[in-house]
Amino acid sequence: MTGEIALWLVQDGVTTGAIYALLALALLLVFAVTRVIFVPQGDYISMAALTLGTLQLGAVPGSIWLLAGGGAVVAAIDAAAALRAKAPRRLVRIALIGLVLPAAVAALAWWMAPRKFGMAAQIALTLAIVVPLGPMLYRIAYRPLANASVLVLFIVSMAAHYMITGLALVIFGGEGLRSNAIADFKFDVGVLKVGAQSLWVMLASLACMTALWLFFEKSLYGKALRATAINRIGARLVGIPTALSGQLAFLLASAIGAISGILIAPITTIYYDTGLMVGLKGFVGAILGGMGSYPLAALGALAVGLLESFASFWASTLKETIVFTLLIPVLLWRSLVSKHVAVEDEEE
Amino acid sequence: MPREAAGHAGLAVVVGQSQGGPGMNRAMAAFVALLVVAPFLLPDFYVTLLDYIGLATLVVLGLVVMTGVAGIVSFGQQAFVGIAAYTTAGLATLAGWSPWGGLAASLALVAACALLIGFVTLRLSGHYLSIATIAWGIAIYFLFGTLPQLGQYSGIDNIPPVSIAGWVIDTGRESYAVIWFATALALLAARNLLDSRSGRAIRALRFRSVMAESCGVDTAALKLVIFVYAALLAGVAGWLHAHYLRFVSPHAFGVNAGIDYLFMAVIGGANSVWGAVVGSAILTVLKEWLKDVLPKLFSATGNYETIVFGLLMMLLLQRTRDGLTPALARWLPARAPSPRPADAAAPARRGRPAAGTPLLEVERLQKRFGGLVAVKDISFSLRGGEILGLIGPNGAGKSTVFNLVSGTLASNGGVVRLHGQRIDGRPSRAIARLGLARSFQHVNLVSQMSVLENVAIGAHLRGAKGTLAAMARTDRDEEARLLAEAARQIERVGLGSHMMEAAGSLPLGQQRLIEIARALAADPLVLLLDEPAAGLRYAEKRALAELLGRLRVEGLSILLVEHDMEFVMGLVDRLVVMDFGEQLAEGLPAEIQRNPAVIEAYLGGIE
Repeated sequence: MTGEIALWLVQDGVTTGAIYALLALALLLVFAVTRVIFVPQGDYISMAALTLGTLQLGAVPGSIWLLAGGGAVVAAIDAAAALRAKAPRRLVRIALIGLVLPAAVAALAWWMAPRKFGMAAQIALTLAIVVPLGPMLYRIAYRPLANASVLVLFIVSMAAHYMITGLALVIFGGEGLRSNAIADFKFDVGVLKVGAQSLWVMLASLACMTALWLFFEKSLYGKALRATAINRIGARLVGIPTALSGQLAFLLASAIGAISGILIAPITTIYYDTGLMVGLKGFVGAILGGMGSYPLAALGALAVGLLESFASFWASTLKETIVFTLLIPVLLWRSLVSKHVAVEDEEE
Repeated sequence: MPREAAGHAGLAVVVGQSQGGPGMNRAMAAFVALLVVAPFLLPDFYVTLLDYIGLATLVVLGLVVMTGVAGIVSFGQQAFVGIAAYTTAGLATLAGWSPWGGLAASLALVAACALLIGFVTLRLSGHYLSIATIAWGIAIYFLFGTLPQLGQYSGIDNIPPVSIAGWVIDTGRESYAVIWFATALALLAARNLLDSRSGRAIRALRFRSVMAESCGVDTAALKLVIFVYAALLAGVAGWLHAHYLRFVSPHAFGVNAGIDYLFMAVIGGANSVWGAVVGSAILTVLKEWLKDVLPKLFSATGNYETIVFGLLMMLLLQRTRDGLTPALARWLPARAPSPRPADAAAPARRGRPAAGTPLLEVERLQKRFGGLVAVKDISFSLRGGEILGLIGPNGAGKSTVFNLVSGTLASNGGVVRLHGQRIDGRPSRAIARLGLARSFQHVNLVSQMSVLENVAIGAHLRGAKGTLAAMARTDRDEEARLLAEAARQIERVGLGSHMMEAAGSLPLGQQRLIEIARALAADPLVLLLDEPAAGLRYAEKRALAELLGRLRVEGLSILLVEHDMEFVMGLVDRLVVMDFGEQLAEGLPAEIQRNPAVIEAYLGGIE
């Protein structure tokens, strides 16, 4: 392996690592606030990438049906709850959010798709379609189980992943898609040819992380989320509604997932089931960070990207095996380091 | 309150299950009868379906014991199925081995892998463990798909069928016999396992492992045993899979298969052995039916079953955590309540030391939690045949001292001796073996087990029959003795009329008495009781005080933490007073009551 190849592998690893870092952040965020191990995080990536790819082909992405359908289900559940609580005035707002908005976005997509308006418009439309899926999923699958144990929520996550993957197959079919790069040119940095797309990925990652940091440090909603993550009951007692925290966390997660999908779409071909593996690798990063520290999670994800890059050079067919087998000693190290003695057992 | 009733019905099923009452035996006989006649009555398609259900049941059974009972959620069982299937397939097609040789090799390899993987990952707790199971499931799946000797993604073809003494098993019906024979044996063995000394320990693993350790159970070893057991079941299923289908490919052993198995366990109800059959049957049948029906409803192609199953699982988990078996069990005729255990000779008892000899010596015990000093320089000595009270305001560190002495917490300094032997730094199960038993401040019972079984856990170290003996049912004599002993202790604390009820259904005060009975069932030298009288009514407190007095007369030494001064003053021989982790005073009750430091710190504000 020459220095040039090594540098190229590093660039490749850092690019994918930057995306895994975003995923790791989203996973950590959702886990801290809602105690959900959010396996379907990777599926947002598939959804966004496939939606963008379809738009670039000039076709109407089938994910608008998912948006509309999800909105309808949420509207139905909320309406039933509103009627049971004898608050019919809520119905207007429920209909607006659950029925009108998704329908508007769907109509917009229908109109815009064949006209192939530039990259920026397509990205905006993809975001508009995929990001609302997060709070919808929360409302349908997780909010009724807000007090369940971590394991039950984990099983629900697997069920949700199962369902979303199936829906993605129905909507987009079995073929993979790859979108056009945001910018095509490459330029030289010393011996290294750096692709503009890679730079975009890293810049966008950094921008996301900075935005998240600002959000958590400076804004009231961000602080409310942090409070819920640290102590749920305490947060409720001071008036922070748990459902709001959950929805916000899932909204951020789907936003990050959608952005990651848009970033990764030009780099690799994305299929309907790529999401699981990508999400799990982001997971490895989050676990390296001890499921508690954002900077460590980002660094961990970067390490995973680099490892994958080098493993694919040396033993490309076994790279998945290598990456996942290495998760286990990391988990072991993590659980030894954060040893907290259980004197009282969990509630049944 | 239909949900609570459902919960109690579920409790009843599980409790009844554990005692194997006559109703359950009739149900099992009916099930076996149906199994036997099915291949003669049903057309080929359904026999094939039943074959698949049988294979899945084997794997899900292991999952039920691991996940539902012991709390280890695993998404990686399919890896073991795959390892066994590929081993026997490879050996048969590449090296010409007979399928029976393949069986031995498969199970050996599966056991070795399970030992290795389990040893590394079972130290992880809760969700970390589940994530690890996904990780090695995926790692092994990609191994299958990439090794060229294993045919990569096209798999291995032309695997020879199994033959028993010249009878070649190569039709669906013949395979049915082999598959369901294995499955029925496995179900029986699992049911026997859960209804035994090991079974009680396994049931305590999920939420009460600290309590189990304090009763002498080696929880880490037991978890490994169950893990290997579940892996071996999956291995048998893999071997059957290879020789029934005559073809293996990686697709059957991917993450989706792992998710399917877990779904089956959850649908059937991961708490009961029957859940494995129910869940496997429902998921398999539903999948087949949906594969037929859904494509006709929707024009596009796709795996609609996954969508439906995902939705189904989410809805199911939102409505019930216990799966469908408890709901189905309500259709069975109500079983008669289980009989009380017959009288049997007591297991061997410990010799008691002479009264007055120092039994438990604590010297300068220390404990820090980060910067907080919870226990500092605590020293006292508990003599044979005496009751020592440990009192102090809330937060004084009394329960911490208990946890340090019993080995639940590691100390930062100091020496603890039990009957002359040093016990500081040793795990709680070793200390239990030396003769120390304790109760807990927050009641630590397995709510779904009966009072009898909960108390019988206390006698764990007085028995010796392990998991194999349990499955083969050769442990009945010892089991009878252990249960009779547990029954005796229950009568002793006055709960004889509640012996067969679920422990979780009793009021808190009586649950504390169960804890005491459990500690007594260990035949201890020293009894550590953490606030035993809390939650008891006046008459119950009197009865408890009399019981403790009788125990003292019989030679038992008791260390007691309590808040109720009236209860304590009339009962104990000596008192040790703690405040802010330090020892304030030690002496006779009358002296303590007059001690100005104690009065200032404590006695002013108690009932």
